[in-house]
Amino acid sequence: MAIIERPSVTTTPAVIAPATPSSSLGTLRRPVTTGGWKAWLFTVDHKKLGIMYMATALFFFIVGGLEAVLIRLQLAAPNGKVLNADLYNQMFTMHATTMVFLFVMPMAAGLANYFIPLQIGARDVAFPRINAFSFWALLFGGIFINLSWFLGGAADGGWFMYAPNSGPVFSPSHGIDFWALGLQITGISSLAGAVNLITTVLNMRAPGMKLMRMPVFTWLQLVVQFLLLFAVPVITVALFLLSFQRNFGATFFDVAAGADPLLWQHLFWIFGHPEVYILILPSFGIISEVLPVFARKPLFGYPFVVFSGAAIGFVGWGVWAHHMFASGLGPVSVAVFSIATMAIAVPTGVKIVNWTLTLWGGKLVYTAAMKFAIGLIVLFTIGGLSGVTHSVAPSDTQQTDTYYIVAHFHYVLFGGAIFGLFSGFYYWWPKVFGKLLNERLGSWNFWFMVIGMNMTFGPMHILGLQGQPRRMYQWTEARAGEGFFNLGFWNLIASIGSLVLTFGILLFLINVVITTRKGQVAPLDPWNARSLEWMTSNPPKEHNFDSIPTVHHLDEFFHRKYQEDANGVMQQVKTAEEVLKELEDNADAHIHMPSPSYWPIVLALGMPVLAFGVIYSIPVAIFGAVVILFGAYGWAIEPSTAPDDDIDPPTESGTSMGVAHVS
Amino acid sequence: MSTETTTHTEEHGMSNAGYVRIALILAAITALEVSTYYVDFGRLFMPALMIMMVVKFIMVVSYFMHLKFDNKLFSWIFYAGLILAIGVYCVALATFHFFS
Amino acid sequence: MSADHAVASHDTHTTSTGLSNVKLGMWLFLGSECLLFGGLISTYMLYRGRVGTGPTPMQVFDIPFTSVSSFVLLMSSLTMVLGVSAAHKGDDRNTYLWVAVTALLGATFVGGQVYEFTAFYNEGMGFTTSLFTSSFYVLTGFHGVHVTVGIIMLMSTLGIMKRSKVPGSKSETIEMLGLYWHFVDIVWIIIFTLIYLIPV
Ligand SMILES: [Cu+2]
Repeated sequence: MAIIERPSVTTTPAVIAPATPSSSLGTLRRPVTTGGWKAWLFTVDHKKLGIMYMATALFFFIVGGLEAVLIRLQLAAPNGKVLNADLYNQMFTMHATTMVFLFVMPMAAGLANYFIPLQIGARDVAFPRINAFSFWALLFGGIFINLSWFLGGAADGGWFMYAPNSGPVFSPSHGIDFWALGLQITGISSLAGAVNLITTVLNMRAPGMKLMRMPVFTWLQLVVQFLLLFAVPVITVALFLLSFQRNFGATFFDVAAGADPLLWQHLFWIFGHPEVYILILPSFGIISEVLPVFARKPLFGYPFVVFSGAAIGFVGWGVWAHHMFASGLGPVSVAVFSIATMAIAVPTGVKIVNWTLTLWGGKLVYTAAMKFAIGLIVLFTIGGLSGVTHSVAPSDTQQTDTYYIVAHFHYVLFGGAIFGLFSGFYYWWPKVFGKLLNERLGSWNFWFMVIGMNMTFGPMHILGLQGQPRRMYQWTEARAGEGFFNLGFWNLIASIGSLVLTFGILLFLINVVITTRKGQVAPLDPWNARSLEWMTSNPPKEHNFDSIPTVHHLDEFFHRKYQEDANGVMQQVKTAEEVLKELEDNADAHIHMPSPSYWPIVLALGMPVLAFGVIYSIPVAIFGAVVILFGAYGWAIEPSTAPDDDIDPPTESGTSMGVAHVS
Repeated sequence: MSTETTTHTEEHGMSNAGYVRIALILAAITALEVSTYYVDFGRLFMPALMIMMVVKFIMVVSYFMHLKFDNKLFSWIFYAGLILAIGVYCVALATFHFFS
Repeated sequence: MSADHAVASHDTHTTSTGLSNVKLGMWLFLGSECLLFGGLISTYMLYRGRVGTGPTPMQVFDIPFTSVSSFVLLMSSLTMVLGVSAAHKGDDRNTYLWVAVTALLGATFVGGQVYEFTAFYNEGMGFTTSLFTSSFYVLTGFHGVHVTVGIIMLMSTLGIMKRSKVPGSKSETIEMLGLYWHFVDIVWIIIFTLIYLIPV
């Protein structure tokens, strides 16, 4: 989208006119409200949508966290009575599903939505309406999956949903139907998001923003979106086959009918392993932004971080069967996948080295964001090392389905992905909300989470090596063992740890409330940051940049503030305020942002209706399809940006929309 | 869009007559494919069928979908998906001893 | 980057790569679709021999009939590309004509598929008869849905164009429909060979 700089005669920032409903659209007038709840419901603004993504994700984080606490309470003592076997199955299935699909993925998507356009110097994403659609599809899909709790029980086959447990015989409730169709909807959301964000990164960069000048967060998100683009359709196939089996009598995974249940496993893990990188790479991107800022020196080996990220995205496609070593794949397959899995540790190791060398010799500033980033390096390394032990197939067959695996993936996903996200919360909060999260509380938040997380998941290594199986709803004193390796002791420690962890997360929520009420207003550049998203007000204006900057460096914002003196030492030459003033002085005269629309939410609303109908009654499904068709028509005949004659002349107090072309 | 051209047709690399020629070739190959159903090709059957399928596929993609004349980025994206699909699914089928 | 490198003949804003957003998005989507159909085709290949007590593929397939409908779909790609070509020239009359013919050929193909499915069903090949039948119907059904969606989009675009309400560039809209349509055609090229012509 055209980002052409144009010296403006006025020195005031661009004033953007509100759109008015066009008579040319007949009965289907576009929404024009710029305030109140309607401004959120029909928005196509990437920042508002980013916030909505993140709020949704945070809500599901709490849901998934409570599910985890219930699991740990059940396992705290022998013969646990908190949950019965059936509810326990639902709990661990939905805990994983929620954390993976409804927390980490949408949280990363929200951050991508908010920060990619800002980091590449764009005013919005390539397809703003598709962006809104992606968000609503995610929200409705997430609600749809969780509806099953109230309609006869949630999915209970584990998040990997292996046959035969996924079949109607072993899971007669509608839980898995909701699960399969709901994930289909969130999958559509991810796919649409991937198309949108890849196009945005490739096409919407500010002048001079070459690929190798992009911030690492944007780079790794680009890799993530490619992984989503190619991985989501694979799970789509698997979920369709499952739905046809459960709802229409097919037997795709039914051994009795001659089917191969390993077909599901292959499809699931062809998606599932790239999914692991989909979860972790955004956090790698976040700490690659945070570490240089708080080490006061540039990222060590930027090209290595970028290329190793791309390498992970590539090699990640060739290792899926390491999840199936215990399934009787045959020696050749096992050997090939075992070696490939060992190889993938290399690019990850490269990153850890780069981060460590970024810290080396830096003037470290231990903010909460920095603490979480360093926490990620340490905890992820532990999880990565236990992961390498799984790549050795003989070792893995011993560990499969034990708590050792649970320990491993919580170190990489909690210690890795979630610590990275928290680092991002503290780092970017002032950018999004204009206020600084409390650092003291942040420090407590960090330490309680670190201690809680190690107390919870550390003992699981021991439990697993002692042979405690995953997904067993009770363990008995008779099998508990003695002394240091007593299952009872370590289970209790893990359960106490989960409460410490919960308290740590509660501190974050308290911090959010306190900051919102009476937080310190953030200065323009609170961290002395390096990348473009900081070269705008906090929070950014609706059109992000008054004038689109021309980029000359990696870390453009830093280079505008600092220049080398005669001795080769970086010296501050401008304050952030002065840099911003320059942009304001050259404000674009006429900024035309994409206009809000009803259609994304209408289109997204049709999908859960259709899915509901597939489970309960075909006429309802047909009604859902009609809603989708109606939404699609409305969408198709509505220009994404209101035409010029549809825009009111600039007003004094005009807030509204506007990107795109400078005509 | 590699060279300066005056007409849109040339810009997209093909004239209407060119499209018709491609379609005729595609039709001829299809006829040949169908003939394998009636005539015994012996050991050549599978390779011939595969080659004809690939040729048809590439012709439609290159000419009708303009990939041959368009920016290389489009080719990269599409063939990345295609080759990835062939790769992962063939390996998965191989673990089922599909090819042996 | 080259801010002045406009995409000729397309009503797009300048982009970093000089490529249209819509077209880039479309190719990304089609790349993604390769993995969707790849998964369905692989499922069918794995299960095509598992017929249980039901009919085998070779017993039910009517190769002459399917050859004709495959030919019809192949030729619809020609008419589609002629429509795109006319749209680029701004030749509305021929655009309408070729797009309408394409939709008609597509409808013929779908009609043939409905007839084929009915015939199969009458020969004792229900959706749940065997793994072969389920995977066959899911694969070809998905393809059929893609063709049907394509027809709806072609017809709708014609209707909207008649009232000249296509937002954005008319020729680009037609071109995108063309890409989708050709993609559906190449999927069928693969299905026809792998599913119909190779005996189990
Ligand atoms: Cu894996």
